[in-house]
Amino acid sequence: MLAAERVTVLAAEAEGGRARRRLPWERLLVHALLLISVGVIAFPLYYAFVISTQTVQEVVQKPPRLLPSSHLAENYAEAWQRSRMARLLLNSTIVAVGVAVGKIAISMLSAFAIVYFVFPGRQLVFWMIFVTLMLPIPVRILPTYEVVGNLGWLNTYAGLTVPLMASATATFLFRQFYLTVPNELAEAAQLDGAGALRFLWSFLLPLSWANIAALFVVLFIYGWNEYFWPLLITNTEEMRTVVIGLESLIPRSGTELPTWNLIMAGAMMALLPPVAVIIVMQRWFVKGLIESEK
Amino acid sequence: MKRTVFRSRWLPYALVLPQLLVTLVFFFWPAGKSVYLSLFKSPPFGGRDIFVGAENFVQLLTTPEYYDSVINSFVFAVGVTALSVAAGLAVATLANQKVRGLVLYRTALLWPYGIAPAVAGIIFLFIFHPAYGVLPYFLSLVTSYEFNWLLKGWIAMCLVIVATAWTQLGYNIAFFLAGLQGIPDSVMEAASVDGAGPLRKFASIVVPLLSPVTFYLVVVNIVFAFFGAFGVIHAVTQGGPGGATEIMVFKLWKDGFIGLNLGSSAAQSVILMAVVIGLTMLEFRFAEKKVTY
Repeated sequence: MLAAERVTVLAAEAEGGRARRRLPWERLLVHALLLISVGVIAFPLYYAFVISTQTVQEVVQKPPRLLPSSHLAENYAEAWQRSRMARLLLNSTIVAVGVAVGKIAISMLSAFAIVYFVFPGRQLVFWMIFVTLMLPIPVRILPTYEVVGNLGWLNTYAGLTVPLMASATATFLFRQFYLTVPNELAEAAQLDGAGALRFLWSFLLPLSWANIAALFVVLFIYGWNEYFWPLLITNTEEMRTVVIGLESLIPRSGTELPTWNLIMAGAMMALLPPVAVIIVMQRWFVKGLIESEK
Repeated sequence: MKRTVFRSRWLPYALVLPQLLVTLVFFFWPAGKSVYLSLFKSPPFGGRDIFVGAENFVQLLTTPEYYDSVINSFVFAVGVTALSVAAGLAVATLANQKVRGLVLYRTALLWPYGIAPAVAGIIFLFIFHPAYGVLPYFLSLVTSYEFNWLLKGWIAMCLVIVATAWTQLGYNIAFFLAGLQGIPDSVMEAASVDGAGPLRKFASIVVPLLSPVTFYLVVVNIVFAFFGAFGVIHAVTQGGPGGATEIMVFKLWKDGFIGLNLGSSAAQSVILMAVVIGLTMLEFRFAEKKVTY
């Protein structure tokens, strides 16, 4: 290729913002590899689904049957009843939404105070919130349990949600976002006679929806999947969340009938809501994951 | 401070109050109490705490079982991290190629992040099931070695590692994709013009430019394996067989809430606190260098 020709080709490619056109076989190879990756990643879920549609006899047969059978409806109905799934899912929903909304609300407020006010102790507040990153549940588990017990919050929704609500990452995300909002906006609002709270409610909140949606997805999943905390502070069936309640379906002694089809049906029901949230809100999910770490 | 435009004596305090209350009541006070408890022996059914100084720590550090849980934690963390970071990088590199249907592929690759480790563990528990599972069945066609996680500790460890890595994969893919998209096309094109093949480009451009993201993900995955993966152990192996999957957090829970040995459990909390502080500091070295990506 002549030098001049090469420059033209490069310029044309740069215009499209794309690298060199791929050859057909290269594209096929990429597709094949991607499909294999998707297949490997999805296999455990597919397998769980297959098992959840079989009878116990089909589950234990050899060689294992890797195709769905026809007992989906009855298995799900029985797993639903046996594990009291309605109550478990309700509890998980309350906890996940409660944790997500609570974390977002209190983080918005504290980030607003930190960015838009000067007050003695501001630096201290910031550092205190930061330090919570270094105190995951296991390092303070016994005393936190004791505090929740003293408050009379064992087996309550308050106990399941409030202690998880401090959030350094959400606070940082809102702080970063507020710092990008032009200062003139707040000044204009003030000229119009809006106070701080009015400004937060009528100006900042409408601008924050993208961040709120992104955080909501990530925090919802966190709340839904939290295991250690609900395991400790609930001991009644009514207050169990679904990831804990599922464990009770697993046979621990050899004499119990291994109803693996029901266990897998229960697992499918427990994992469907958070996975659906990720798929439906994928854009926000990726934004929330990446940006809450900045 | 050009930004600060509102003035009020009390309002900022009112705004930070909810966060501070949660922080103080459920984070700082309990963390302090953990340190305090670690220096005392507390009778499990009430009665006065007796100050014992470093005895809880000495006792811990002289029991072989504690070292076993430390080693198990490291094996588990290294396994989860190596598997999910390496697989995440490979898959993200593929998903960053310019082919049709990328949006669909990406969705199809990210969703396992929504699955709780405990639920993933239950699914893999059946895949590994010695009598009915699909994995031991296919392995039995090629080898007579008995892949029974109920009897063999290392297989149980593989089970919990694979299940946890599976749930972490989506997270790593999302971060690697963001990092890959930050690499300018012009850099890759320049390399192509200079005659670099795909592997050469991967090794000489992609890997070095992604190193800050990789470093960050390694730390985050280790933290997750240490602190976030309790559910998979509790729901699947209960630390067994024979303590082979008893990681530090599981032992802490067992000693504190089943064994009611509060002093020892608190001492284990304090040791884990040191671990997480160290890891967070490491993570912040990444935050400073993040400009690269």
